[in-house]
Amino acid sequence: MQNETKARVEQLTSPAGHPVAVLRFEGDIASTSKDAVIGTYQALPKASTPLVLLDFTKVDYINSSGIALVIQLLIEASNSGQKVCAFGLSAHFSKVFTMVGIPKYAGLFPTQAEALAAL
Amino acid sequence: MTESKTTTAPKPTTVEVRVPSRMGFEKVAMSTAASVAKLMGFRDDRIEDLKTAVAEACINAIEHGNRLNEKLSVGVVMSAGADALEVKVMDEGKGMKTQPGIQNKPDIDRKMRGEEDSRGMGMFLIQALMDEVEWVAGDEVNSSYVRLVIRLDKDAE
Repeated sequence: MQNETKARVEQLTSPAGHPVAVLRFEGDIASTSKDAVIGTYQALPKASTPLVLLDFTKVDYINSSGIALVIQLLIEASNSGQKVCAFGLSAHFSKVFTMVGIPKYAGLFPTQAEALAAL
Repeated sequence: MTESKTTTAPKPTTVEVRVPSRMGFEKVAMSTAASVAKLMGFRDDRIEDLKTAVAEACINAIEHGNRLNEKLSVGVVMSAGADALEVKVMDEGKGMKTQPGIQNKPDIDRKMRGEEDSRGMGMFLIQALMDEVEWVAGDEVNSSYVRLVIRLDKDAE
């Protein structure tokens, strides 16, 4: 019943010239999304990936288990000294992410361009 | 002779859905609740609030109430009144006998330090997004249920 979570990684360069890994998610982010969210993140080479962007543009449904996975990713990124930002969330899920405190550890931006500029 | 006139509130329109205790089927209840709310004239942002609350209530019923037993189902009854939509989400299990109570806002700092489980935000979201929430514990005869109420804001809708 759940739309399988797909994730792919794209390498970009920030306006300041730093390498940025963009994790582009598609489908639902729920309890079944661990491999797509955490697995894809953990496959990034940490040393050469100081900046990470999470793209939620093609995500329609996120539940509390999915939010918990995002927090797990943020914990690992914090422990590795990486900076994480997110973009493409709907107005509703931006509100929900804000309600649980995520912006303190990952900036939320409407678009990829705005997120890249903030890195 | 004095004519007496009794005014009674119109009977709520009721829609019922029953979904299996399998993760993902909460979306069926969520979509149905959204359709009912749309017909009632709720704003899109309030419908999004309702969708998240109904999905989280169903997930709690599937996971904690019915303990993922696919032989048990989750009943969702939506009662559309004149100025509010009430949604009851009922499990068939015997797993939850104590009321979860008011769930405080998640402490993101504690979660980031590993001092608080990164999960467990469902009840908080339900309470924060709905106008009224009541949790009723079941017993040997009756199922437990959570009752959510979202009110139409006549001025803003």
